[in-house]
Amino acid sequence: MPKLNIKDLEEIRKKVRKAALLREGISNAKITVHMGTCGIAAGARPIMNALIKIVEESGRDDVIVTTSGCAGLCSREPMATVELKGETPVKYGDLTEDKIKKIFSEHVLKGKIVEEYALVIGSEREP
Amino acid sequence: MAYRTHLMVCTGTACVSCGAFNIKKLLEEEIKKQKLDKEILVVGTGCQGFCAQGPIVVVQPDDIFYQLLSPEDIPFLVEEHFLKGRPVKKMMYTPPGEKIQIPTVSEIGFFSKQRLIALRNKGLIDAEKIDDYIGRDGYNALIKVLTSMSSEDIIKEIKNSGLRGRGGGGFPTGLKWDICKNSKGEPKYIICNADEGDPGAYMDRSIVESDPHAVIEGMLIGAKAIGAQQGFVYIRTEYPLAIHRLEVAIEQAQEYGLLGKDILGKGFDFDLEIKQGAGAFVCGEETSLIHSIEGISPEPSQRPPFPAESGLWGKPTNINNVETWANVPRIILRGADWFAGIGTEKSKGTKVFSLVGKINNTGLVEVPMGITLKEIIYDIGGGVPGGKKFKGVQIGGPSGGVVPASLIDLPVDYEKLTEVGSMMGSGGMVVVDEDTCMVDLARYFLEFTSDESCGKCASCREGSSAMLEILTRITEGKGKEGDIEFLEELGYAIKDASQCGLGQTLPNPVLSTIDNFRDEYEAHIKNKKCPAHVCKALISFHIDPDKCTGCTVCAIKCPADAISGNRKEPHIIDQDKCIKCGICYTVCKFDSVKVE
Repeated sequence: MPKLNIKDLEEIRKKVRKAALLREGISNAKITVHMGTCGIAAGARPIMNALIKIVEESGRDDVIVTTSGCAGLCSREPMATVELKGETPVKYGDLTEDKIKKIFSEHVLKGKIVEEYALVIGSEREP
Repeated sequence: MAYRTHLMVCTGTACVSCGAFNIKKLLEEEIKKQKLDKEILVVGTGCQGFCAQGPIVVVQPDDIFYQLLSPEDIPFLVEEHFLKGRPVKKMMYTPPGEKIQIPTVSEIGFFSKQRLIALRNKGLIDAEKIDDYIGRDGYNALIKVLTSMSSEDIIKEIKNSGLRGRGGGGFPTGLKWDICKNSKGEPKYIICNADEGDPGAYMDRSIVESDPHAVIEGMLIGAKAIGAQQGFVYIRTEYPLAIHRLEVAIEQAQEYGLLGKDILGKGFDFDLEIKQGAGAFVCGEETSLIHSIEGISPEPSQRPPFPAESGLWGKPTNINNVETWANVPRIILRGADWFAGIGTEKSKGTKVFSLVGKINNTGLVEVPMGITLKEIIYDIGGGVPGGKKFKGVQIGGPSGGVVPASLIDLPVDYEKLTEVGSMMGSGGMVVVDEDTCMVDLARYFLEFTSDESCGKCASCREGSSAMLEILTRITEGKGKEGDIEFLEELGYAIKDASQCGLGQTLPNPVLSTIDNFRDEYEAHIKNKKCPAHVCKALISFHIDPDKCTGCTVCAIKCPADAISGNRKEPHIIDQDKCIKCGICYTVCKFDSVKVE
């Protein structure tokens, strides 16, 4: 390892920044892939893997990908919920790798909800 | 590929002793088994502070806190949460006396009242990866001082911040640096004092274990300000994990050229060496510590001259403790005004305390100066276990004093603690409840200090033994009229006549307990009673015949065969045979055993 100058140090910082932000829980967008038994059976895992790859390729370090259990609408799995900071969460269903790619580029990157795939806007609440 | 989830496994000494390394290994194996190893990263961090609940795993970015994990929990946890996305409630934290679990770190009272400067990276980085530290603004302050600040600028900034020594003395750090910088003599040295010795205190160990680079960066900045090219970290051999992580950190910093010659190409040279001490309490004293590094007997020297003028090998030397150094990079990066905006008039910033003793949430906490004892003990510490009454808190270790329950609203800073006969010290807080005998507590601390006295000054050497002898006598029921007054006189004499901090402060636990709990001393001496029922010579166990059902459990369990009686008839304890072990008291289901 050659000795660093200031520029090298800044390069390292840029490279590891994403991991640091993730650990601090700082994000502008959160994508939750529903991973109940139904979701997994319907193919949620390939969706998850594709999504992680898409996020990485986009270079965005403020997007969190996480999982949750069954969303209750098992017939429409695989499902994912997209939540932009300060905005209402949107649930998407019947996902494929192509659909999640479009949802990412339209909704997450440009803020436009992909209505044709959206099942519901907003989330259920405890009474 | 990037990971979607990081599992932050606490691997501080406390959690490691509860099996954290095994938990980490099992997590890694199980995650691999579920084919999640490309998505989920397992990270070993330093102490996360909530030591009572270890082993601990925090799931990020979801902020979910799992605690008291056992190896059997891991396969279920991995399948449920990390594969299926269902957080596991039964492994979450439930506050004492409550029934509902709290899922996230930010909602747990223990964490939410804290304010982190010295511990800002706790639980967020792997201490053995320099890149993790760099990702959290690490070595940014170094860049700032090397590119845009002169020695004078740095010292001015530290002076304006109001930072004071966190090792006990509370001397203004900027002023200390200034004196050393202006002293004649070359080369100059800087030292990090990691010889934490107070019983029950482990702040410095945890900082070194969780964020060693913060200490290294702080020292680099200090070296630049003072004009030193060589530094030492003096750390006790009994901290093997801290030493290991510091060695790794120094090696990585050297590889990156952040230690050594021409650092970051800016023409600044500085290197760091670890010196291990054998764990003598007196080595926390600056001049003793210097002698230990020099390889001679660690006895303190008369000051002046202060180490800033004539220290290591007779050269100007600046010593700060671990926590002080760890504060420095943040002050440089965020500015003196930011730091000075936290705390009270004369005590700025935060302080790390180790909260131990009769408290629910044992652990390590960092709080702003000026926070009240009540907030620390109840809001963060969760109060005293078992519904017992809070009696006081011993602050500052064996050199400190007890703050009684009546002063629970006291704001914690250097001045206020000194005013009530205690001291900040390095930040050990030992909470005591109604079952703690204050005479016995004072005796415990005196046993420690009389053992650790280096023996150079007669006042400390002989005085501590004499105090210990009297205290022992009182707890054995052989106290005499006039003992209290003699302890006071002796205490003040030892303070006056001893050369270093050890002797000057060792009477504090005795003097402060006499001040605040004189009635307990009197009860021991005059009435031959121990009100807390601790001192064996002064208590006796009796069975209440009205309550005893004759179940025979106590008689069976008694190791001294001191209990007799027929089945279904009241039993009695033979006082001549009783060894006062208290087993009958613990095993009786009918509350019939009484202590007097």
